[in-house]
Amino acid sequence: MLVTSNRAKRDYRLNDGVNIMTKRTLFEKIWDNHVIHQEEGKPSIIYIDLHLVHEVTSPQAFEGLRLSNRKVRRPDLTFATMDHNVPTKDRFNIKDPISKQQIDTLTQNCADFGVKLFDLNNLDQGVVHVMGPEIGLTYPGKTIVCGDSHTSTHGAFGALAFGIGTSEVEHVMATQCLQQAKPKTMEVRFNGSRKPGVTAKDLILGVIAKYGTDFATGYVIEYTGEAIRSLTMEERMTVCNMSIEGGARAGLIAPDQTTFDYLKGREYAPANYDEAVEDWKKLTTDEGATYDVVVDFDVDSLIPQVTWGTSPGMGTDITSSVPFPKDLPTENERKAAEKALEYMDLKPGTPMSEIEIDYVFIGSCTNGRIEDLRAAAEIARGYKVSEKVTAIVVPGSGRVKLQAEKEGLDKVFTEAGFEWREAGCSMCLAMNPDVLQPGQRCASTSNRNFEGRQGRGGRTHLVSPAMAVAAAINGRFTDVRDWNIKSEVLN
Amino acid sequence: MEAFKQLTGIVAPVDRVNVDTDAIIPKQFLKRIERSGFGQFLFFEWRFHENGEINADFEPNKPRYEGASVLISRANFGCGSSREHAPWAILDYGFKVVIAPSYADIFYNNCFKNGILPIKLSEEQVEDLFQRTAKHEGYKLSVDLENKKLTDEYGLDLSFDLDEHRRQFLLLGLDDIGLTLQHADEITAYEQKRPAYLG
Repeated sequence: MLVTSNRAKRDYRLNDGVNIMTKRTLFEKIWDNHVIHQEEGKPSIIYIDLHLVHEVTSPQAFEGLRLSNRKVRRPDLTFATMDHNVPTKDRFNIKDPISKQQIDTLTQNCADFGVKLFDLNNLDQGVVHVMGPEIGLTYPGKTIVCGDSHTSTHGAFGALAFGIGTSEVEHVMATQCLQQAKPKTMEVRFNGSRKPGVTAKDLILGVIAKYGTDFATGYVIEYTGEAIRSLTMEERMTVCNMSIEGGARAGLIAPDQTTFDYLKGREYAPANYDEAVEDWKKLTTDEGATYDVVVDFDVDSLIPQVTWGTSPGMGTDITSSVPFPKDLPTENERKAAEKALEYMDLKPGTPMSEIEIDYVFIGSCTNGRIEDLRAAAEIARGYKVSEKVTAIVVPGSGRVKLQAEKEGLDKVFTEAGFEWREAGCSMCLAMNPDVLQPGQRCASTSNRNFEGRQGRGGRTHLVSPAMAVAAAINGRFTDVRDWNIKSEVLN
Repeated sequence: MEAFKQLTGIVAPVDRVNVDTDAIIPKQFLKRIERSGFGQFLFFEWRFHENGEINADFEPNKPRYEGASVLISRANFGCGSSREHAPWAILDYGFKVVIAPSYADIFYNNCFKNGILPIKLSEEQVEDLFQRTAKHEGYKLSVDLENKKLTDEYGLDLSFDLDEHRRQFLLLGLDDIGLTLQHADEITAYEQKRPAYLG
């Protein structure tokens, strides 16, 4: 049923049966705006406003199009970049022939199918979930997909954004739609406010440590609370980024003035900006709307987090210790913890602040943006990386790198003994030359600490950028709240 | 896509919770541009030692599981990355059915796109299958998708549940893109009514 009004061309299509007076959550509003077809017993068909593409999950999709003699339906809504395979130094010299082939394949595919590609010669190239929002491709109310589970990042703008597999990538290319069963809704309420030294990364690590890695399976999360409202856009992206690590389909934060201010003037933001903002202001959960599940999380007592195990849920406070498996509540958790501690070579009862590290990685789609680098530089300034640690800083995109260099952050890092790199996914998942050797222990600002994630036998601990820098300097995990920040030396 | 109706096959166990897609298919193998040939890399870092030798301690490596086509595992199977290479590896290795108490969403979805049947059973039922598998060398399970039943030669007779649309999708070997394009007119109509600023 089409609702008509004076501005017929700009009306959204509403589902049959949806009463316009029904109180709806933000997710439901976006969902309803995008359903093209629904019938009992089948997944709905929803329209996709933005399809982001990278080199790892697209080759077989493009090949599928060729084999079935199909085109990309909306090349104007499809944008590609290269990030997973890209070396972060000497980047035009890709030594691994298979990596090179995958990157060349993307270049060829984009040319053949008319898709805009941000390649290594383009300033806007970078980690797909960093560069997309940066250039204003991501904005409120959109449905956004990518063949990458951290697509949830874009939910920070009040978009419905989720990861898909390669078959679905092909499906979106061919039809600009997706078949989706409607997920359930979950509110994660952050109550209270952050203490100094506690970051957005700690918010999401804290939630997953408390509730586990499958508490949100089948749900789209909306993050609410004053602790969320007070976050910057980049901080919101950090929180939404790791929604998938809790099992969620997607994670959203309702747009507000912070969102509108961030997007204004960005290259792909709507030209009729004020008109768009008027629409976006309606993208909030209605007073009185209900979620299927509500989860509370106390922020007042949150302390900087460090993971100890091989799943993002195996984390604890920096002031705490490696747990004893026998103290964990279920048999599954006990067995998993035993295996994890064996892999991570950690003894129960070891204080987190005594765990020494070999490597530090600052970057990734979780924490590779300019504010992350500023936070890291603030801790690094005037100090030196421990002699036994190798530490790299990888800006999330060409733009982030340029901005960081304008602010002199690169000098702060190199003077402290960090390596300053080019944009890419880097050591988050080691598909490029940035790889841990077996047994190396890394403080990482990325999002996954699975066995072998950063290299076979590599031991990953997830932390915030400030915590990663403190660990780099002390050679072990350190409570950054006690850090003596050295101000810029003025001439 | 190949249709799935029924199967009788040897069962192989992976007795770990939260088996993530990095474990199923490590990232170094995602560089391929083909859909095929991933089976040799399935559970790579558990199946093989660093020097390339087979890890005899990894249960599915044992000779009794050779030719297995049913994989059983524990809760939250397939969590982590969305890589469809995970079901590709599982299928290419020879598994057509996975049985676990729960799955991560994206992985679960990806299975159906590749003709793999992921069955959800209760923790108790899964535990029972682990025990049967351990007890009987060469243990086989018969999976009947038409009737949604699991049986074996020791008296097992279990019903399982599956969303009807997904069941039909597998039984008929349907093509998702073809199904969606049946609604091509509706897609075009929707496009004409989207707000101009969305593009």
